[in-house]
Amino acid sequence: MSAGTAAAAPAISRRFPPVAGLATVSLALIIVGGILMASYAPRRPPLGVPVALAVAGGALLVTSGYLASRPRPFAWQRFFLVFRWALLAYAISAGMIGFAFVKDHTRGAPLAVILVMLVIYALDVPLIIAFTVARYATPPAIER
Amino acid sequence: MTDVGNVQAGTVAAVQVARPHVQVVPVKGLPIVAVMVAFVIAAIAGNWLWALTFCHVAGGGLWTAIDLFVGLVIGPVLRRLSPAARAEFTARFMPAMVLLMPTLVLMTLAAGFQLALDLGNLSPASPNHGWLVASYCVVGVMAVIALGVLSPANITVLFEMRKPVPDTAVIATLMRRFVVTAGITGVMQVATLIIMTRVATQ
Repeated sequence: MSAGTAAAAPAISRRFPPVAGLATVSLALIIVGGILMASYAPRRPPLGVPVALAVAGGALLVTSGYLASRPRPFAWQRFFLVFRWALLAYAISAGMIGFAFVKDHTRGAPLAVILVMLVIYALDVPLIIAFTVARYATPPAIER
Repeated sequence: MTDVGNVQAGTVAAVQVARPHVQVVPVKGLPIVAVMVAFVIAAIAGNWLWALTFCHVAGGGLWTAIDLFVGLVIGPVLRRLSPAARAEFTARFMPAMVLLMPTLVLMTLAAGFQLALDLGNLSPASPNHGWLVASYCVVGVMAVIALGVLSPANITVLFEMRKPVPDTAVIATLMRRFVVTAGITGVMQVATLIIMTRVATQ
């Protein structure tokens, strides 16, 4: 399908790479890692599994980010509009969770793993929301 | 023929006039959200027991009740409404949810974790420890559903409704997704109620 034909197809039937799906799996891995770490609080948690989950979650986030950059034509303006506001909202949310852990004296490697997980969380959710909104938006090629 | 054309044009115009203005994020609600977030941060920073309990109980109660009500009452009612009534309801209801639900979730979880820590419920020796880990799992599943499916569907519907000619197929697909996932999280809230009442009474 050419770019023009793809853009002319109804939004509901256009095919896109599984960006939201991969980012949701990434989010799920991060949440499982977070649950594992929180279940040990206030003790120091073993870090092997949470680190593996954070690495897998990060890899899926990078993959979905790469796949999100491929569709042509795509409503990039709408994507970035939603992404930046969602990023602001979820950065505040992640910052608050991070603050709670710092306040509760989480230090060193466990804090580093939590912060990495929070960064992935704060990027995953805006990516899912922005891509879902933009995939149904009219690309500029059609708007003109 | 001209009359028919006029009637049709009139109907289209009436539908266009009747379409409510859709604001994706209700800006007037942002200061309230900011106050609530600042209140929760202050409660955590000061280990303020009353405020932590208030945020957790009030936030959790509203979160659970709204999830159950939307999933099990509003959802089935919405399915039976006419497309015009559904659009009107959605345009007014969904923007409120965009601000309300994330704020309630943040309040409940952040205050709840701190409260559990302060009350010693997180300690492995506590009889509540297992129940709290179970509640993390329930909340984890709900978070994946809410952040991965429900919230993106909600916001996408609002953007679609702002178009001069909204795609009804897109709205119908995403609203179905919204209602089904709201139903799932509503049912999962029953598990939260069971866990939290166990924790409070042990």
